[in-house]
Amino acid sequence: MAATIYFVVRLHNLLAVVMLGGIYSLLAATMFVVLDAVDVAFTEAAVGAGISTVLMLGALSMTTSVEKTDARSTLLPLLFVVLAGFALIYGTLDMPHYGDPIAPIHQHVAPTYLADSLAKTSVPNVVTAVLASYRGYDTLGEVVVIFTAGVGVVLLIGRGRRRPGRKRDGE
Amino acid sequence: MSHHLIVRVVSKLLIPFILLFALYVQFHGDFGPGGGFQAGVIFASAFILYALVFGLDNARRVLPEWVTRAGIALGVLIYGGTGVVGILLGHNYLDYSPLGSTAPLGQHIGISVIEFGVGMTVASVMATIFLAFAGRNRDLFDLEE
Repeated sequence: MAATIYFVVRLHNLLAVVMLGGIYSLLAATMFVVLDAVDVAFTEAAVGAGISTVLMLGALSMTTSVEKTDARSTLLPLLFVVLAGFALIYGTLDMPHYGDPIAPIHQHVAPTYLADSLAKTSVPNVVTAVLASYRGYDTLGEVVVIFTAGVGVVLLIGRGRRRPGRKRDGE
Repeated sequence: MSHHLIVRVVSKLLIPFILLFALYVQFHGDFGPGGGFQAGVIFASAFILYALVFGLDNARRVLPEWVTRAGIALGVLIYGGTGVVGILLGHNYLDYSPLGSTAPLGQHIGISVIEFGVGMTVASVMATIFLAFAGRNRDLFDLEE
């Protein structure tokens, strides 16, 4: 994954960058499988590696596929990125170890979900039960986000097709 | 891309199975990994594959644009409407318990229905976004008229 990111940063051919983004998503999906988060891995593989790569290619075909080079110095941004990275890593030092049974996340509501969700919702997949029932409002919000994205795209560029002969100026 | 015989034949073979897999992910999401989001994306990817191989006009004939645009709103309506049904039956918004004879059965029915709404919205949005992008520049997408 680190090698993928290195080439994403270094390459100027955006087509290759989009492809590497898809590869990165696939690698992230395998990582989620290793962490036993099958539902997340499934979403990452389908959305990250599949659809978003196609949509990025679609967006790319409307612009150029070569990144413009910037002559300005990259030292100051690099300094900030390194500092922020160190701050983030420093922040993880206080986190409980992975799989630690007394970590707060395993003490709060997760045991209730695991114990009660089958009896209360009769849905064996706990992820689905939490997503759709316990956290129904959040999922409704996510759907509305996707809805808004679709409406936005339709409003912005959805009607260009209707006038194929007309010259589109001012774009 | 319509002159590529192998691509045409293979995608013709694959598309029914992709659609079937999407339906499996949609309706088996209660029991295994999956759900509306993933199923919607897989369903849309079958449609996008069809559009890439057989051209935009054929794809529009299969799934006209007004269908996908209506699907965007209908999915959210199904989700929100299920919540309103809960209110009308005397419970809280998005409480699915009264939908079945027992509370767990009602929850199961409610979850299935809202997952269907999620899948419909996601599939329609993905198909619409793809059609909007591809419709703008057909020559770059190698889509014949």
